[in-house]
Amino acid sequence: MAAVLPLDYTTTTPPAEAGPWRRAWRRLLRRRGAVLGFAVVAMFIVLAVFAPWIAPQDPIATSWSAIRQAPTPTHWFGTDEIGRDVLSRVVWGTRASLLAGVVSVSISLLLGVPIGLAAGFIGGVVDGIISRITDAFLACPFLILAIALAAFLGPSLTNAMIAIGVSATPIFVRLTRAQVLNVKVEDYIEAARAVGNPPWRVAWRHVMPNVVAPLIVQATLAVAAAVIAEASLSFLGLGQQPPAPSWGSMLNTAKNYVDNAPWMAIWPGLSIFLLVLSFNLLGDGLRDAFDPRQR
Amino acid sequence: MLEFFAKRLATIVPTLVFVSMLIFGLQQLLPGDPAVILAGEERDPNVVAYLHAKLHLDEPLPLRYLYWVRGVLQGDLGVSVRNEQPVLALVLQKLPVTVELALIAMAFALAIGIPAGIVSAVGHGTAWDYAANVFALWGLSTPNFWLGILMILLFSVQLGWLPASGYVSPFEDLRANLAAMVMPAFVLGNAIAAVLMRHTRSAMLQVLSADYVRTARAKGLREPNVVLKHALRNALTPIITLGALELGTLLSGAVLTEQVFSIPGFGKLIVDSVFNRDYAVVQGVVLVTATAYITLNLLADMAYFLVNPRLRR
Repeated sequence: MAAVLPLDYTTTTPPAEAGPWRRAWRRLLRRRGAVLGFAVVAMFIVLAVFAPWIAPQDPIATSWSAIRQAPTPTHWFGTDEIGRDVLSRVVWGTRASLLAGVVSVSISLLLGVPIGLAAGFIGGVVDGIISRITDAFLACPFLILAIALAAFLGPSLTNAMIAIGVSATPIFVRLTRAQVLNVKVEDYIEAARAVGNPPWRVAWRHVMPNVVAPLIVQATLAVAAAVIAEASLSFLGLGQQPPAPSWGSMLNTAKNYVDNAPWMAIWPGLSIFLLVLSFNLLGDGLRDAFDPRQR
Repeated sequence: MLEFFAKRLATIVPTLVFVSMLIFGLQQLLPGDPAVILAGEERDPNVVAYLHAKLHLDEPLPLRYLYWVRGVLQGDLGVSVRNEQPVLALVLQKLPVTVELALIAMAFALAIGIPAGIVSAVGHGTAWDYAANVFALWGLSTPNFWLGILMILLFSVQLGWLPASGYVSPFEDLRANLAAMVMPAFVLGNAIAAVLMRHTRSAMLQVLSADYVRTARAKGLREPNVVLKHALRNALTPIITLGALELGTLLSGAVLTEQVFSIPGFGKLIVDSVFNRDYAVVQGVVLVTATAYITLNLLADMAYFLVNPRLRR
């Protein structure tokens, strides 16, 4: 006698498969480096947001009786050439670095993604012109272009962020364009066109969601590059202006006192290293999570 | 082959045109009258009037651009307002120092990056692979100006082995020149070594799983022979192109390294010009750097074509 299947067997829906984002998230959580990177970035965000409460002293208050003092229980990281507390300046400096990283990359994304989308989606002459302009920008080494832009715009943190953002834009144009060229030949894009969607809707609703993953990875790695670039511009005197604290400008001063106050150089440099390393770890983890074949 | 070279040469023409527009456009970012700003602190009316005429500031923008390009094509990149020397002469005077620094840095990068990449790929998944990856992450995350300061602290201040700053021409005293260049070159090469290590590792991993490598092993060849003669030779081809792309990192890094070690090169020239508001020099340095970068990329592409027989078919 044939077994009779219970009625609900045929009507029960199979367990829902996890979506690609959820699978990527799980893969990301399995990567210890990425989780560590995320934790350190989160710690720096807390430092930046709560700097007024975390910093033990005023970062710009000078003390002529505590010039270039080695680390003590009062000044854990020592003091600088005019007696300012290095720890407080490192904590406040987190703001400039994180702000520069996030704002510069946002500028690059806001400029680069629509331009790359247009180049890849429209193609033809538009693509040709955009690609040549992108090549021209990429022909100028990133930091040299950023220095030139910051020089002509004038030295300030805002202008440094604009200079870094504009200099990094071509990478996002190129990446978006390449991804769009891959995606736009897919059947589902053809189908979206066939049912009468206008081109802007096809580009925005159907192409864009499929190019977001590599953009997130690139943006994370670009924040790391932007943090180094801001520190570099500040080191050269083209970023955050004194007396406001920034890790790069702290190192610029510290290089003159390396023989008798090395602590002035160690802590801001270590902070840049840790923040950049964390973004790199997170970026590498995201790349592996979104595309495990690249490992 | 000639057709490939001609096509590749043709593609750099529009790029150079857009680069020139970009660099000319930098001047338009200056607020107010460029002649007043370019005239320096004194703002001598005679100098302002001279610059107005020289830069054709009363003419429409496209015409000014054409005048500027004509000057550039004739080797006239303008005159430094700081020391009244032609920009091209200043650039050419500083260039050899940066080229020497860049060459030694590249030698360090190749000597560290490629062996580290090979070791990492051959020992895939082992402690060696892990160590090489940690090294790459360290190289990519360390700001080179900080590494420079740390090296000065260790090798100059603590140990007293190397000079902390300065430059001696190799024609004057080769030993002193190398002593002054070893730290800056290592600092500059460090980040590129990390990138080369990653490229080498990935290229070697791909090649080591190819059939011909398995055949070489099956023939009974010794492992070093298989890795260095059969695998590396093929893996190196893409590294040529990718290595050339790192030239930009090298030039950008030179700006900071020269600043830390007070080396009177190309990078120091651009930074000093920025602070002296010597904008013609800034433009000149960017133009020369971009042209050098484009040319070296072109040469790398050609080298890639020449060493890869499959592309010549």
